[in-house]
Amino acid sequence: MLNRDEDILKAAEDWQKAGHGVALATVVETWGSAPRPAGSSLVINDDGTFLGSVSGGCVEGAVVTEALDVIASGKPRMLEFGVADETAWNVGLSCGGTIRVFVEKVG
Amino acid sequence: MKLEILKELNAERAARRPVIVVTDTASGEQRLVKARDIGSDPLRAELAKQLRMGKSGNVEVGGKKLFLNVYAPTARLVIIGAVHISQALAPLARSLDYDVAIVDPRTAFASPERFPDVKLIAEWPDIALPPLNVDHYTAFVAVTHDPKIDDPALLHAFAKDCFYIGALGSRKTHAKRVERLRAQGASESDIARIHAPIGLDIGAVSPAEIAVSIMAEITAQLRLPPREKEQAA
Repeated sequence: MLNRDEDILKAAEDWQKAGHGVALATVVETWGSAPRPAGSSLVINDDGTFLGSVSGGCVEGAVVTEALDVIASGKPRMLEFGVADETAWNVGLSCGGTIRVFVEKVG
Repeated sequence: MKLEILKELNAERAARRPVIVVTDTASGEQRLVKARDIGSDPLRAELAKQLRMGKSGNVEVGGKKLFLNVYAPTARLVIIGAVHISQALAPLARSLDYDVAIVDPRTAFASPERFPDVKLIAEWPDIALPPLNVDHYTAFVAVTHDPKIDDPALLHAFAKDCFYIGALGSRKTHAKRVERLRAQGASESDIARIHAPIGLDIGAVSPAEIAVSIMAEITAQLRLPPREKEQAA
């Protein structure tokens, strides 16, 4: 079953209440043929467990890594992914789009 | 996101009320705007526009870049008639993330064996529909072929401003339905909102194919901007 946004946000609340460090990653801007529209989100806890998606699975790994840093520091961060960045190919978007993802701590 | 904002967001969503979260992406500053408070908000024009489109997006106000995240309620599908088509339609709609409810007073049709894992209400529409809180974010289809069941349900859908209203039946059947609904006080604009014959014309024959054509039409109604919608219909 796919995770709907509401399940994702409910999980964020439940994890936070259970004492986890939690971060929310949200697609805030897209260019070209990005796989998920602005507003799509991913929630991550300090175990590295995550729900939802910000792309078709291309950049989730990198977002989770950054999110763990955000949970530790408490400071929000803006991430950008696209194919233009050759060095980022491994975590790039194969569809040719570019996305910006806002990562913030919950709580 | 502060826990208080997240809690409020989840509470509003559970109550099926639209919410917009405004985030200053440079500072991380955030606030939540409930749909009913938009009229008195300094960003009312921008907020109203995003909510109307049902789309999240960015605006620049006073040198600040703000992300407006629109949380519209999950789309619902109310099916009047626990018929063969509904057996194909309910799981398809669920796979498209719709909350599904089926209403049919005929208990032989509305049996859990025929509809496992679906909210099934074996009552007449006048009893079944009011507690469902049918709203604008609801797609409403009437497929019983029985005027005693379909007609009152359609009148309810008009009153609740459902984003999609469809009714099964040939052009001839629909013409008779229109006469009956007019006699019961439906306006011309109400009548014009019924998609009938129901579904996109893809030559559907089997119940599963008809379900695909109905969900395709509902998707077009939900997602396409108004002009392209007319071309698809």
